[in-house]
Amino acid sequence: MSINVVYFARYREALGRDGEALEGAFATLEQVRQALLARGGKYEVLAEQNLMCARNQDLCKLDEPLVEGDEVAFFPPVTGG
Amino acid sequence: MSIRVQAEVFDPGAETNAMHAANVGVGAVVAFVGYVRDFNDGQEVAGMFLEHYPGMTEKALAKIVVEAQQRWPLLKVEVLHRIGALDPGEPIVFVGVASAHRQAAFDACNFIMDYLKTRAPFWKKEQTGNGPRWVEGKQSDEDAAGRW
Repeated sequence: MSINVVYFARYREALGRDGEALEGAFATLEQVRQALLARGGKYEVLAEQNLMCARNQDLCKLDEPLVEGDEVAFFPPVTGG
Repeated sequence: MSIRVQAEVFDPGAETNAMHAANVGVGAVVAFVGYVRDFNDGQEVAGMFLEHYPGMTEKALAKIVVEAQQRWPLLKVEVLHRIGALDPGEPIVFVGVASAHRQAAFDACNFIMDYLKTRAPFWKKEQTGNGPRWVEGKQSDEDAAGRW
C-alpha cells in the first residue's frame, strides 16, 4: 500500500522535509512510526512521548488503522490560540 | 458558523459587533481575543510565526464548533485565527459566541478556546534575542480542556 506522510513545525524542521510518500504494509499509524524510527538519527524525534498524529486530517491515536491512500501526519503538541 | 484562517490582521471590535448584527434574538455575546505578547517564558519576543496544517485546521475548528453547538444553545459562532508572521500587540485569535442568555455564551466560548488550544493544528514560533524557538505545549492547557 502507499500512503502519504506529512510533518509539521519542529518535526518538519528536525527531519528537513515536510512530507514523503511511503510504500509498505502498514496496519496502523504506529507501524508507520516504527518504520520511520528504524531509520534512526534525526527520525528519533518521532519517539517523543507527547507526539500527536492525525489520519486524513482528523486527530487520532497511534493504533488507528490505515488504508491505501491515507494521509498520515505527525507533529508536536499544538500551540495555537 | 464562520471559520476563517487568514494572514491578514483583523479588527476585534468590528468582529464583536458583527456577532449581534441586528439579530434581536441575541441577548448575549461573549468574545475572546488572543494577542501576541512582547514577553514569554523569561524572554522578550520580537515577533512570531504561526504555522498550521492547511485543510486540517479548518476541519478541526469546525468539529470543535459543532461540538459546542451540540452542548449549548448558540445563535452564532465565529472563529478567526491568524497564520504567518505576527508582531507583538497584534490579535492572533478571535472566538465570538452569541446566545439568548449569557451562561451558554460564556461557557461555549471558554470551551472552544480550550479545545482550540489542544486540538487545532497551529504551532507558534517566537523570535527572541537568542534566536527563534518553538513554543512548547503546556500541561495546563491539557488540564483546562480535560474539565469539559
